[in-house]
Amino acid sequence: MIAPFRALIGRDITLALRDGAGLGTALGFYLIVVTMLPLGLGPDMKLLSRIAPGMLWIAMLLAALLSMARLFEADQEDGSLEVLATGSLPLELVVMAKALAHWLTTAVPLALVTPVLGLLLNLDLAANGPLVLTMLAGTPAISFLGAIGAALTLRARRGGLLVALLVLPLYIPTLIFGISAISAILLDTGAFTPSILILTAISLMSIVLAPIAAAAALRMQFE
Amino acid sequence: MTSARQLVVTDLVVERGGRIVISGLSFEVSGGEALVITGPNGAGKTTLMRALAGFLAPKSGQIELRIGAPGSNGMNRDDGLSIAEQAHVIGHLNGIKATLTVAENVAFARSFLANERPAAEAGDLKTDARAFDDIDAALDKLGLGNLAAIPAGLLSAGQKRRLCLARLLVAQRPVWLLDEPTVSLDAVSTRLVASLIDAHVNGGGMALIVTHVPLGLSNYRELELRPTGTGGRPDADTEKSESAPL
Repeated sequence: MIAPFRALIGRDITLALRDGAGLGTALGFYLIVVTMLPLGLGPDMKLLSRIAPGMLWIAMLLAALLSMARLFEADQEDGSLEVLATGSLPLELVVMAKALAHWLTTAVPLALVTPVLGLLLNLDLAANGPLVLTMLAGTPAISFLGAIGAALTLRARRGGLLVALLVLPLYIPTLIFGISAISAILLDTGAFTPSILILTAISLMSIVLAPIAAAAALRMQFE
Repeated sequence: MTSARQLVVTDLVVERGGRIVISGLSFEVSGGEALVITGPNGAGKTTLMRALAGFLAPKSGQIELRIGAPGSNGMNRDDGLSIAEQAHVIGHLNGIKATLTVAENVAFARSFLANERPAAEAGDLKTDARAFDDIDAALDKLGLGNLAAIPAGLLSAGQKRRLCLARLLVAQRPVWLLDEPTVSLDAVSTRLVASLIDAHVNGGGMALIVTHVPLGLSNYRELELRPTGTGGRPDADTEKSESAPL
C-alpha cells in the first residue's frame, strides 16, 4: 500500500516540476495581484499594513485554486485516471496522494514566497513568521477540499470557474481562522494559539474526509 | 493448476444514459483462455469492458471472479481483491504521461500496479535492480529499448500504444481486459501483441480482447455482441481454433 502511494506522489511532483505551468501560473498570479493592490489603493502605508495579512491570504487562496481544476483533468484526458483506478491503492488514497502532491508543489511554495510579497504591502516584519506558519497550517485544507471540487467538475467543460464557485465557500473557515491568528499577533490579543490549533484541525479533518468525498465523486464520473 | 481463476458473468444488464446497451449477457472465461469479443460499432463492447473493469455499475446481473479448480464445488469469490485490482485494463486512451520518459512511465506502472512483491521492502536495492531489469526487458520486448530516455510525448502513435502495453509485462495480473489493443499498430507489432496474449494465456492467465482485426491468436473463443433491440443472441459462444487446441 505504501509503495504505490509513494510512486504516485513522486510521479505527480515530477510532473509538476517538469511541466512547471501550474506552479508558474500560481506564483505569477499571486505576485501580480499583490503588486497591483498598492497601485489600486494608493500609497497609504498604514492602510496597506493593516490589510496586508487578509490580502495576502485571499490572493494566496485564489492562486492555489488556479491549478486545482487540473488535478484530475490531466489524468482523465490521457487515460491515466483509469490506470490509477485499477491499482491496488483505493481511490480514496489516490485522491489523497494527488492532493498531497498538489499541496507540496503549489501551496507550500506560495506560502514560502509570502514574506517577499509582504514587503510590497508594508506588512509588519514581526508578522512574517506567523503568517507563513498559518498558511502552512491552513493550506492542506485548500488542496484537499479543492480536490472535491476538481472531482465533481471533472467532466464539465471549462470546469475551472465552477471549481472556484464550489469550493471557495468551503475555504471560509480556513480564511477566518488564518486571519484571526495573524490579527492576534499584530494586535497582541493572545489568541494566536487557539486560532492556529483550529486552523490545523480544519486541515486535518479535510485530509481525512475530503478524499472520501472526492473519490465518491470520481466514481460517479467513471459511469 | 492450483489457483485457476474463472470469470463468470451471469445475466449482465448494463445501462448507459438510460439506454440498455447489454441485456442478459452470460459467459464464462477460465484461466488459460482467451475470449475475443466482436460485434459491430455500438454493440456494447467497450461498455462490457468498462463494466468488467468495475467502472460501470451493472443494472443487474453478476460479474464474479472465482478462484479454485474449474468445475469443482469449492469455488469461492476471490479473496479481497476486486476484479479491477486483478486486471490490466487497456482502454482507448493509452494512460501514459507525455512529460515522463518512456522508462519512467513503465517504472510508474510497475510500482503502482504490482499487487504484491515478494520481499518487497526488505531488500530495497535488490528490488530496485529487479525493477530495472523488468522495465528493460519489457521495453526491449516491445521494441522501445533504445527510446527509454525519450519523453513519451515525442513517440509516434504506434510507439505510444506499445508503451501503454508495456504495463501488461511489468506488473503480473491474471486478467487482461484489452479494448482494441492493436489500434495504430503495424502488422509486425500486431503479431507481437498476439504473441504476448498467447504467452499470457498459456501461462494460465485469461484475456478478454475486443478487436476488429484478426489477431492470429493460436487458440481462442469468440463472443459476438449484437446491438440490443435487433434480436441478438449475445451468449452464443463459438469455438474457434486456428491450430490444435491446447
